[in-house]
Amino acid sequence: MGSRGLARLHGLFAVYKPPGLKWKHVRDTVELQLLKGVNAGKAPAPEQRVRFLLGPVGDGEEKALTLTATSVPTLTNHPLVCGPACTSLKIGVGHRLDAQASGVLVLGVGHGRRLLTSMYNAHLTKDYTVRGLLGKATDDFCDEGRLVEKSTYDHVTREKLDRILALIQGSHQKALVMYSNLDLQTQEAYDMAVRGLIRPMNKSPMLVTAIQCIHFAPPEFLIQVQCMHETQKQLRRLVHEIGLELKTTAVCSQVRRTRDGFFTLDDALLRTHWDLQSIEDAIQAAAPRVAAELERSLGPGLGTQQLQGPGRPWDSRGPSSALGLESCAGHGQTPRLAGQWMDKNCS
Amino acid sequence: MALSAQQIPRWFNSVKLSSFITATQLRKHFPRPGKTLLHGFSAQPQMSSGNYFLQWGFKTYRTSSLWNSSQSTNSSRQEIGSAQGTLLPSMNEQIQKTENIPSFDSELSLEALDDLPPVSPLQPVSEEEAVQIIADPALPPDTYTLRDYVDHSETLQKLVLLGVDLSKIEKHPDAANLLLRLDFEKDIKQILMFLKDLGIEDNQLGTYLTKNYAIFSEDLENLKTRVAYLQSKNFSKAHIAQMVRNAPFLLSFSVERLDNRLGFFQKELELSVKKTRDLVIRLPRLLTGSLEPVKENMKVYRLELGFKRNEIQHMITKVPKMLTANKRKLTETFDYVHNVMSIPHHLIVRFPQVFNTRLFKVKERHLFLTYLGRAQYDPVKPNYISLDKLVSVPDEIFCEEIAKASVQDFEKFLKTL
Repeated sequence: MGSRGLARLHGLFAVYKPPGLKWKHVRDTVELQLLKGVNAGKAPAPEQRVRFLLGPVGDGEEKALTLTATSVPTLTNHPLVCGPACTSLKIGVGHRLDAQASGVLVLGVGHGRRLLTSMYNAHLTKDYTVRGLLGKATDDFCDEGRLVEKSTYDHVTREKLDRILALIQGSHQKALVMYSNLDLQTQEAYDMAVRGLIRPMNKSPMLVTAIQCIHFAPPEFLIQVQCMHETQKQLRRLVHEIGLELKTTAVCSQVRRTRDGFFTLDDALLRTHWDLQSIEDAIQAAAPRVAAELERSLGPGLGTQQLQGPGRPWDSRGPSSALGLESCAGHGQTPRLAGQWMDKNCS
Repeated sequence: MALSAQQIPRWFNSVKLSSFITATQLRKHFPRPGKTLLHGFSAQPQMSSGNYFLQWGFKTYRTSSLWNSSQSTNSSRQEIGSAQGTLLPSMNEQIQKTENIPSFDSELSLEALDDLPPVSPLQPVSEEEAVQIIADPALPPDTYTLRDYVDHSETLQKLVLLGVDLSKIEKHPDAANLLLRLDFEKDIKQILMFLKDLGIEDNQLGTYLTKNYAIFSEDLENLKTRVAYLQSKNFSKAHIAQMVRNAPFLLSFSVERLDNRLGFFQKELELSVKKTRDLVIRLPRLLTGSLEPVKENMKVYRLELGFKRNEIQHMITKVPKMLTANKRKLTETFDYVHNVMSIPHHLIVRFPQVFNTRLFKVKERHLFLTYLGRAQYDPVKPNYISLDKLVSVPDEIFCEEIAKASVQDFEKFLKTL
């Protein structure tokens, strides 16, 4: 079971990071549990080694002792002498989550770690549900921070909130186009923009591609954000800014990632399932999807200059009202090099 | 085919045959495959006096060749000393059984060897002699693991067969040196028989020795005194065996120290003698661990968490592990249970197990019950859920009986946290 288990332990899988844990603790815990599973195989058979020992050869008269090859048992490779077979596993972490945030955290084990780089280069979007609390302002935009200000929020209505969110989405849309390096004067670029297929394939500040309020019960409200190149702190700052726009104050009480690229909440493993068998099954289940999505996003070979046809769906669902957008397919791919191709052609 | 006297190497000079233990000069030369004089081995000293020298030379060749496979130079006893100590006794027996060595020692003088030129390795060797060359690879003089020595040391082999985990012991360099120098028959056997008399089973000896290998350097009389002391304090034999199993270092503590610790617990916790005894039997590592965390935890319970003395005594007799719990985890758990779940002190005292569970477990289950509307911890009202049912039962039973929901619902809820 040991070596065989290790052979299948290569690929990407997602875990559900609970709030209050650092991402590094999660990664170390997963590694420990995997090591327990890998080292739990049954003990190997007793080994033998060949030694040349003095043994009597010939008739009794001669009394000559010569060296003969004999197989004697050896303990050199016994597990009690050399320790467990496997002492560390190589596990990498995809897009990180800070300690207070929770949600889907993608991990790569063994050869799957290079897929993490591919995922990063594919620049896929992520979905978050963010819970906000009106009436308070703190120094780190979190409801456990040091209180800075308190305000009333009776004047806030759902319409005002929706208007603010639409404004935010509009301004980020402009930024999206700008950072994608696309010249909107061309027909293809315009078609893609109309269909919402544009996204930047290089570094950019946080961009919100879609934002919607799901639930509003003052002082609490729940928004769903689809964004890329973000950190959770920037999302909390976004909540703070929404509060300011509404002429009140707001803090963020929960940031939860529901989708990272093509890994959704359904794929994420809970703490009770962080063991060898479940993780192997998760890797197997995710492998074909991972390969297909990365190929669509990055092209059959990394670095080939190909313009993929505009006919591929990309994030076509938009923000839906259901919590956890598990039902969508075909996320996060767009003609990768569209921007660069355009650039080359237009230059 | 005998070597001429000239060819016996000069380094024989320094070999002190009277004591095989200190072959300190061997270290300077790479142990070459020696020849075995098999005829000489068969122990008939039929040689003429002229051949004494050669035979002695051959004998040392042979012995040195035997040593080649067992030890080489032990110049610097750094990380792990050579296995000389272990091997030489057994080697000695082997050698003495088969040959009359001393008869040659006294007759030859070391000075005569000074005149001999060294044997050239390029000298042609006959077939018979070639076959008799023992050329086992030399043992490394110092290494970081015991793997290199385990096949050459009976002591180590017997320990592995007992179940001792050498890979853990070798992480302490002194420990590995100690084990290599011990002799199974003389030292280890007595201690093992003593432990067996105490009541530790064969299959438990391995784990015990992995933790407390230092017991081999204890005096047997001291160990017996300590057991006698424990018996005088009215610990039964079975209880003593259980304590030694759960706290392997117990027998390495002197009688005075054990006495001090028992006295400390009796004074600090203000429990009766019988209750202290039961406490120590349940958690013997209280006697072997540090006392500072215990003192600090007592203060935390009294001053910070606000429990009364009799409440603390009750909790500790039920869950002794609370005495050595981590202070930060204690305060965090208490803060959540008392302030967020609003459970008063007297209920927490009835169920101290809550201090022994992970905080995330308590949080997750409480939040699930709140979501379902079943978070009722007041025994007076209906649908009361006791704290120990909350924390001690496994997930499936918790979901079915207490939360009256399915495990899938619980998992879905966890993914919304």
